[in-house]
Amino acid sequence: MEQVTTGDFQVIDNCLLIQLPEEIDHHGAGFICECADRYLVREEVRDVVFDFGRTRFMDSSGIGIIMGRYRKISCFGGKVYAIHVDRQIERIFRLSGLNKIVEVLES
Amino acid sequence: MRNEMEIIFDALSDNEGFARVAVAAFITHLNPTMEEMADIKTAVSEAVTNSIIHGYENLCGYGRPGGQDEGSACEKANPGKVKLRCVLEKNILHIEVTDSGKGIEDVERAMEPLYTTKPELERSGMGFAFMEAFMDELEVESAPGQGTTVRMIKKIGVGGWIEHQC
Ligand SMILES: Nc1ncnc2c1ncn2[C@@H]1O[C@H](COP(=O)(O)OP(=O)(O)OP(=O)(O)O)[C@@H](O)[C@H]1O
Ligand SMILES: [Mg+2]
Repeated sequence: MEQVTTGDFQVIDNCLLIQLPEEIDHHGAGFICECADRYLVREEVRDVVFDFGRTRFMDSSGIGIIMGRYRKISCFGGKVYAIHVDRQIERIFRLSGLNKIVEVLES
Repeated sequence: MRNEMEIIFDALSDNEGFARVAVAAFITHLNPTMEEMADIKTAVSEAVTNSIIHGYENLCGYGRPGGQDEGSACEKANPGKVKLRCVLEKNILHIEVTDSGKGIEDVERAMEPLYTTKPELERSGMGFAFMEAFMDELEVESAPGQGTTVRMIKKIGVGGWIEHQC
């Protein structure tokens, strides 16, 4: 299984793009949150895009990652987007109510 | 046909992936759909993660200050084991996840969606809700100081037609 590296975080304009790993669980969630937050304290980041293109597995830890980032940026007018979302992940979004705060972009 | 397996592992976040892959491997010969497989893996992951982070309060791997440098190798992890038991009866899968950790005071409340005792760890309180949604049956047995057992049942091979449609 590939690990998340700092190369999976990219700032484009005002947007932090996070390439999520193949499996999102509690074990790897801490590193993702920590790296993301390091970028978020930089003021030029407003929005966050989560790219699920590689992701084959996610549990409720993924909800925590997204909700946590949303809380940090929404008070500054930032928004959270998700791309390359497959059916299973979309189901998890719906079940958790995350689809109300995350805009899923067709790509 | 009946088949049973049981594994016991340390309550470390490293073993979350191991646990769900083990269950997945145990049922592959039944040719579950991708959706059934994902459901089962998510449910196992939820139960095992709960035992590790709530039952034994081994929070490493979660990136707490000083806790995640090595991703996992947390020196000060609480000792404790998680037991994962699976029984296949024909195409009915029974999963049992047991810890002897701190237990749950109010099980009914704990199972409510969005209820979490660890919001500071960015837990969302959706674990039990996912287990309930993704499995056919869910039963939780727990008492303070007595550990926790989560029992789940799922029938495999009922969603086959869905995948052919897409
Ligand atoms: N094995 C366990 N031992 C002790 N307490 C538990 C156990 N499993 C669950 N709990 C308690 O039940 C609560 C709800 O669990 P649930 O999995 O639904 O949410 P969570 O783990 O807090 O968040 P999430 O799973 O969304 O990351 C937990 O916050 C915890 O207090
Ligand atoms: Mg949980």
